[in-house]
Amino acid sequence: MIRKIANHQLYLLILSYFKEMIREPGILFWGIAFPILMSLGLGVAFTRKSDVVRKVAVINQPGLEASQPHANLKIIDFLDKHAVRDTVPGNENLTYRINLPDDKMGNTILLFQQTGWNEAMVLLKRGNLNVVMEEKNGKISYHFDPLNPDAQLTYLRLSKLFGNENPEIIANNDHVEPLTLSGTRYIDFLVPGLIAMGVMMSCMWGLSYGIIEKRSKKLLRRMVATPMKKSYFLIALITVRVGMNFIESGLLLLFSWIVFGITIQGNLPSLILLFIAGNIAFAGIAVFISSHTSSTEVGNGFINAIVMPMMVLSGVFFSYHNFPDWSITFIQKLPLTILADGIRSIIIEGAGYKEVTIAFIILITTGVVFFIAGLKIFKWH
Amino acid sequence: MNSFPVIDVRDVYKSFKSVDAVKGIDMHVDRGQFVAVLGPNGAGKTTLVEMIEGIRKPDKGEIQIMGKKWKGNEDELHQIIGLSLQETKFIDKLNVRETLRLFAGFFGLGGERVEEIIQIVGLEDKIKSWVVNLSGGQRQKLALGIALLNKPKILLLDEPTTGLDPAARQEVWTILRKLRDKSETSLILTTHYMEEAERLCDFIIIIDKGKILKQGTLEQLLNGDGSKRKVLEFTLDNPGSSTEKLLNDSRFRIKWEGENEKGIVEFASWEEDIPVFMSFLKKSELRLKNLEFRKKTLDDLFISLTGRHLND
Repeated sequence: MIRKIANHQLYLLILSYFKEMIREPGILFWGIAFPILMSLGLGVAFTRKSDVVRKVAVINQPGLEASQPHANLKIIDFLDKHAVRDTVPGNENLTYRINLPDDKMGNTILLFQQTGWNEAMVLLKRGNLNVVMEEKNGKISYHFDPLNPDAQLTYLRLSKLFGNENPEIIANNDHVEPLTLSGTRYIDFLVPGLIAMGVMMSCMWGLSYGIIEKRSKKLLRRMVATPMKKSYFLIALITVRVGMNFIESGLLLLFSWIVFGITIQGNLPSLILLFIAGNIAFAGIAVFISSHTSSTEVGNGFINAIVMPMMVLSGVFFSYHNFPDWSITFIQKLPLTILADGIRSIIIEGAGYKEVTIAFIILITTGVVFFIAGLKIFKWH
Repeated sequence: MNSFPVIDVRDVYKSFKSVDAVKGIDMHVDRGQFVAVLGPNGAGKTTLVEMIEGIRKPDKGEIQIMGKKWKGNEDELHQIIGLSLQETKFIDKLNVRETLRLFAGFFGLGGERVEEIIQIVGLEDKIKSWVVNLSGGQRQKLALGIALLNKPKILLLDEPTTGLDPAARQEVWTILRKLRDKSETSLILTTHYMEEAERLCDFIIIIDKGKILKQGTLEQLLNGDGSKRKVLEFTLDNPGSSTEKLLNDSRFRIKWEGENEKGIVEFASWEEDIPVFMSFLKKSELRLKNLEFRKKTLDDLFISLTGRHLND
C-alpha cells in the first residue's frame, strides 16, 4: 500500500514541487518573512504616535522687511505672550514654538516662522509648510489647500488657538477616549488585507510563473511525453501552493496575535473555507493567464496587469471607500476585494458562515470558470 | 516478427508561419534499427522528430508507430517511447535520483529501475547533486537516463550530444552502443555530427531544407558514385593559370574551395590514381604546398550534394 502511494504520480509530483519550493530560499523570505516584516513595519508606524510638528508661516506686511518684527501686530503679540522664541542659526527671521501636550492623541508642536509671501509659497510647494497666516486690517486670514487634511487640521488648531485668550487649556478641555481595543486599530485592518494579498501574490507569481517557466524550459513538453496524467500536473502544483499559503497565513496570524494581540473574533471554520475559496479563485486565474504563453516576459506582464490594479484598489493597505463613489461598486466586485473584505469581516467584525456565503460562492465560481477556460486553451507543448 | 515497420513516416509536410520546415519526407525504421537523421542546423530534423514524437501534428501525410497513429493512442504510445528533446531543462533543485524517481513514477516504475538507470548512464557519483549543478554532459546523460527508464521499444533522441565536449560525447555514444548490443530498441537520432551518424547508426538519412537528399547504410552512401572512397586534399604553392587546366581535367573532377584555396579529389585507388595526378602536376609545373590523404566522409558527400559543409 505504502509502496503504491510512494510510486503514485500525484504523490511524486507533489513531493517534487514541494522540494523545489522549499529549496528556494527566496520563496521562504518573500512568502513568509516579508509579509510579517511588512505587518510589523506598518503596524508599528501607524500605532505609535510620535510628536506631530505643524509648520506655519506668518507673512510680513507688504513693504516691510522681516527684520521689522511688529508688522503683524496681533499675531506677533500673541506669539510673544504664549510662545517660546526660537533662534535658528543662519536664519534671521523670527521663529516661535508652541508645545501643545496631549497624552492621548500625541503631542503637537506648532512652529511659526516669519517670512515673505514668495518664500512661504516655495516652502508650501516643498511640503515644508502646512498653513500660511496673514494679518490684514487687524483680521487674521489663513491660506492653505482645503483638500489637504493635514493643512485643515493645522488651520483648525490655529483658529481655536488664536481665538482663545488662554491657549494652555485648549489641549485638554475636550474629553477624548482613544479607541485602542482590538479590532479598531490600523493593524487590525491591515493583517486581513495582507493575508488576502498573500494568497493572490503566491498564486499569481508562484503558480503562473511556475507553469510558464516549466513550459519555456520545455520541461512541460517532456513531462507530457510520458504517461503522466495531465490533470495531476496542475493539481500537484496547486496543492503545494495552497499548502504553502496556509503555512504563510498561519504564521502571519500567529505573529500578529503575539505582537499585536489580534484574535479571530468570528468563526474559524468559515475563515478556513473562505481562505480555500480565495485560493481556488486565484489558482483558477493563475492557470488561465499561464495557459498559453511560453515567454516569462509576457507572463510577467500578464501577472502584473492582474495584480497591480487589485493591489491599489482592493483596500489591502487603506480603505477603498476613499475612492470616488462611482468606482466603489466596481472595486467591490474584484476578487481581492471580496476576499480581503470577507477575511476582515470574520477576523475583525466577528462574522460567520452566513455573512461570507456570497463571497465564498463568487470566489469558487470565479476560480472554476477561469480554471476550465484555462484548461480549454492550455498549451502543453 | 512484425510485418510492419516500427516507425513509418509517409509523405509528411509541416510549415510554420514563414518556413516550410518539412517538405515531403518518407522514412521507416525497423525493429532494432538505429537510424540517424543527419543534416545541418535548420534542415528540419527537429520538426520531423517532434512529429514522430507526437508533439507536433503534420500538415499533410501520415505517421504510424507500431502500426498505430498518434490520435487516440497517446497513452499506449507514450508507454513504449523514450525520448530526449533538444535542451530540456529539468527541475533545477531536484537531485539526479529525485528527478529519475519522478519520471519513473510516470511510468509506474519503482526505485529499482532508477538505480539501474543510474548505473547505465554512469551518474553514480552525482545521485545527490541538484540538476542545476550538473555539467552539460551530465545533464545530457540524465536526459538519456530518463529516456531509457521505461525500456522503450523506440528511442527518439534529438541532438543528444550537441554542445558536449568530445569526452562527454564519447560517453554518450558508449551508452548507446551498449544499448544496441543488448536490446531490440529502435532508435532515431538527429545530429549534425557525421561521426555520430557513422559510428552509431545502421542507416543514415541525410536531410537538408526539409527534404531527404540521400539515404542508405554508410557503405551505400559513400559508394554512391562508383567506388571512390579515398580523398586527397591539397593546396598549391603557385596557383595560377595552370590551375584552371587542372580543374578542368575530366579525369580528376576536382572540387575547388576558393576561400581556402584548397582542392579536393576523390580516388578509387591510391596506387593507380596518385601517380597520374602527380605527373599531371609536374607537367603543368604546379608545386604542392600541402597534401593530405584520408577516407571519404559523409561531409564530403554532403558537400558534393549541396556545396556546403554539414556544420555550416
